[in-house]
This record gives sequence, structure tokens and C-alpha cells, in this order.
Amino acid sequence: MNLRRYGIIYSALWKTSVAREMSFKGNFLLWIVVELLWFGLQLSFVGVIFRETTTVGTWTQWEMVLLVGASNFIQQVFQAFFLVNCTNLSELVRTGKMDFLLLLPVNTRFIVSLRQVDLGAFVNAIFGLCVMLYAASRLHLHPGTLQILGFAGLCVVGILIHYSLMFMLAAVGFWTVRAQGIVYGYYNLFNIARLPDEAFHGAFKAMFTFALPVLLVSNVPARVLADKLVSPAAWIALLALGVLWAAISEWFWRLSVSRYTSASS
Amino acid sequence: MRKYLHVINIGLQGNLAYRFNYLTRTLFSFIPLFAMLSLWRTVYAAGGGAQERSGYTQTQIIFYYLMVAVVDVLTAVNEDDWQIAADIREGNISQFLLKPVDYLTYRLCLFVSGRLAYVAMAAIPLALFIFCFRSNVVAPASLAAALAFPVSLVMTALLQFFISYGMAMLAFWLLEISTFIFILFAFEYLASGHMFPLDMLPPLAQHILAFTPFPYQLYFPVSIYLGRSAGPELWHGLWIQFAWVVAAYGFARLMWHRGIKKYSAFGG
Repeated sequence: MNLRRYGIIYSALWKTSVAREMSFKGNFLLWIVVELLWFGLQLSFVGVIFRETTTVGTWTQWEMVLLVGASNFIQQVFQAFFLVNCTNLSELVRTGKMDFLLLLPVNTRFIVSLRQVDLGAFVNAIFGLCVMLYAASRLHLHPGTLQILGFAGLCVVGILIHYSLMFMLAAVGFWTVRAQGIVYGYYNLFNIARLPDEAFHGAFKAMFTFALPVLLVSNVPARVLADKLVSPAAWIALLALGVLWAAISEWFWRLSVSRYTSASS
Repeated sequence: MRKYLHVINIGLQGNLAYRFNYLTRTLFSFIPLFAMLSLWRTVYAAGGGAQERSGYTQTQIIFYYLMVAVVDVLTAVNEDDWQIAADIREGNISQFLLKPVDYLTYRLCLFVSGRLAYVAMAAIPLALFIFCFRSNVVAPASLAAALAFPVSLVMTALLQFFISYGMAMLAFWLLEISTFIFILFAFEYLASGHMFPLDMLPPLAQHILAFTPFPYQLYFPVSIYLGRSAGPELWHGLWIQFAWVVAAYGFARLMWHRGIKKYSAFGG
């Protein structure tokens, strides 16, 4: 029953998002172009790297293209559902519009996280998928049903990790009023998600594998598809860290909201 | 002239209010930078003859990225384009039409003070970062390089600023210009040598890029320092860079001139 109520609310949010996007059609299309350009940039970087070498660790050129595609796919789906809402959070706090959301008879985190949908990002997620399909055909991959399901499941975990980390970054807005660098921080952090894990060593790798699992979010799903999974430890780690970060981010959110002191008067 | 010194002074104070922001920005930017260095080290460690193909040794490629970071801190446009666009959209420029202050010079002063404040915050962490990679650091390739590098650096900063300024003028015609700024930024990111040294590109791509201002927005001063643009090529490049600065200045002035005719002071 409760779930049904949230379903109805969410579909209403979708409708308003679609209406909003469609009232600025040109802008909607241009944002797709912007994201597409950046995706192309990442692919061209792979092209340049493999002019100089034949492998990065054990990753071959098309495996790395698969990785970049998977990374883009995960990032775009995250962006479609959550990114705008996360970046808007500090603005809600600054202007005191948070009052209104706290008063609504729904879970506040739900409404804050899912208020707007970025439809263009779905289009870009499809481009990511196309690049992955092409890379898979160049690699002569024939993933089984289990592999595809595993990939999809791990993508969901990856999106959750993106969301948990970004939501925490955004909740910093409750502590310092002007938290402009949030998106910048996010892009820098997840910038490395599309690079092969084997390019890294030592403390840096440990930090971005076990503490902030950025090097797992796209590498593990891509490895599943490309038959490169060395041991099940990788996906177990990704799953465990996903749950852990979701819990930490929920805890931090509650802590932050309790500090909220409106902005009126 | 005195009034513009005042602007720089005020700009410095305003920008230093964001010092924590600048510091976190700098620290965050080390993540992808370090990642890039690790990636190239892995490529070179594989020993597949990367050095012969790219023309860069491992030390040189690492130092290239360090230099890119330095030049970026010194010359990149930070929030100037957004602020200019907001000034236009919100009608703040009306006062500049009445006062004896030239808006372009005013913004240039703010750009300079913004860079000074940024450098003040980024210098120590960046120096520490470079110190960790000190074995890769080399001196300027020659005396000529040492002299030409700062000259080219100043022109790079001016070029960046004038192009951003001209782009921000689009706000006279359009409500939302961030898409255009990001599209340009994407091209700049690749074509100015941010992602990789431009001489790693296929020759055809290099030839095409030579006809655009992008290499002069970052790659050129770095290549001077590294001695990759030397001799007649160096002087030739400096002249072309100068020509681009003049052209970008003309573009910035023209856009302002055209925009102001369209301007109708919303809010005011």
C-alpha cells in the first residue's frame, strides 16, 4: 500500500519533469550534445593511449572501450535519476525551501533525491550501451544470461554507490552554506572510474578500492562482461561496499538534517 | 588607471573569501591528475616501445602533465564566464553603461585578481604534489625557452579570458548559455592538450588543430618550456599566438558592441 502511494507520487514527479524538459527543447537537445562530446573525448583518449601501447595491465583496447562505455552508462543512469537533485540540495538549504519538503507527508530523502528526472541522460545512457555492444562484438564476446544479469545487478550497485557518495557530498551543504565545489568534486572523483583498475598501485589503489570504491563501480561490471573476473572477491567487495556506503550516507543525512535551521527571517 | 587597481584590490578580497573552496578544488583536482600519471606509468612499464612511438620518455610525459597543471592554475578561466553572463542576465551591467569604467577592463582586472587568489591557495599543495614527483622535473629547455615561456603564458591567459568573455556575451541573446560554454570547454579540453600532449595525435589531426586557437590556450607554452617548440618554430608560434590574442580581443569587443545594442536592461 505504502509502496503504491510512493509509486503514484513518483509518476507525478515524472510528469512534471517531462513537462519541464519539453518546455526548453533546444536546451534539452544541447545538453545531450554536451554529454556526448565528453563521452567522445574519453573514447578518443583511449584511442591515443593505444597508439602508444597494446595493453594497459591486461586490458586491451576494446576491453578498455567496453569499460569506458560501462562507466558512461552507469554515470548517465545515475545522472538521470539523482544528480540534479543532489546538486540542488545545497540550494534548498540556502534558500530555506527545505522547510516545505520537510513538511510533506512523505519520506524527505525520497522527495529530495527524486524530485527531478534528467531525461537527456537516458539518451546518453543508450549511447553508452551502444558503445559497449560494439566493443563486445569486436571482442567476440557472447555473454550468457547469468553474466548479463550479473552485469545489470552490479550496475545497480554502482549507481547506488554514485548516489550514496554524491548525496553525502551534497549534504555537506547543511554544514557550510556555500558548497559550490560539490559537482566539481564529484566529477573529479568519478573521473577515475573509467580507467582500468590495473593502472593503479599502492595506497592510491587501496584508497579508491576499499575506502571510496570508485575503482570498483565500473571495473567490476565490465570485467564480468569481458570474462576478466579473476575471483568472486571483486563483486562481493563491490556489493558489501555498496551496502556499507548506503548505510553511512543515510546516517550522515540524518545527522545533517538534524542540524537544519531554516533560512527565513 | 588607479580605479582599475582598486578593482583588482576588491576582487582579491572577494576571491579570498572563497579560499577554502579554492583549496578543496585544488586538492580534488589531484585525483584525476595522479590517476593520469599512474596510467601512463603503467603504459610505460609494459615496455611495448611506447617511448619510440610517442617521442616521450616516461619522465617527460609525467612532467608534461605536471606542467599542464601549473599552467592551468596560472591561466584558466574559473567562474568569470558564469559571472559575466549573470551580470548581463540580471541587468548589473547597466551601471557600467553610465560609469566611466570599461566593462572588459573591469572584468580583466577581476580575472587577474581571481587568478592571484587561486594561485595563493593552490601554490603550496601543488608544490607539494610536484615535490613528490621531483625526479621528473626538468629545467626549461634553453635560455630562449625560459624567456619565451612567461611571455607565452601571459598571452595564454589573455586568450583564455577574451574567448570566455566573448562567449559569455551570448547571454545578451540567450537565456541559458551553459551548454555553449560546456561545448567549447569540451573542445578546449581535448584540443588544448589537457588530456594528452598534442604531438601524440595523428599528423592529420595535428595539422587541423594548428589552424585553431586551442593549442595556444595551454599546449603551446608547455611545449616551449619542454623545448618541443624551439628555434624558428618558437618565434613563429609566438607570433601566431599573438595574432590569436588580438583576434580574440576583437571578437570580445565585437560581441559586446553587438550585444549592447540588443540590451534592454531587465530589472535594472
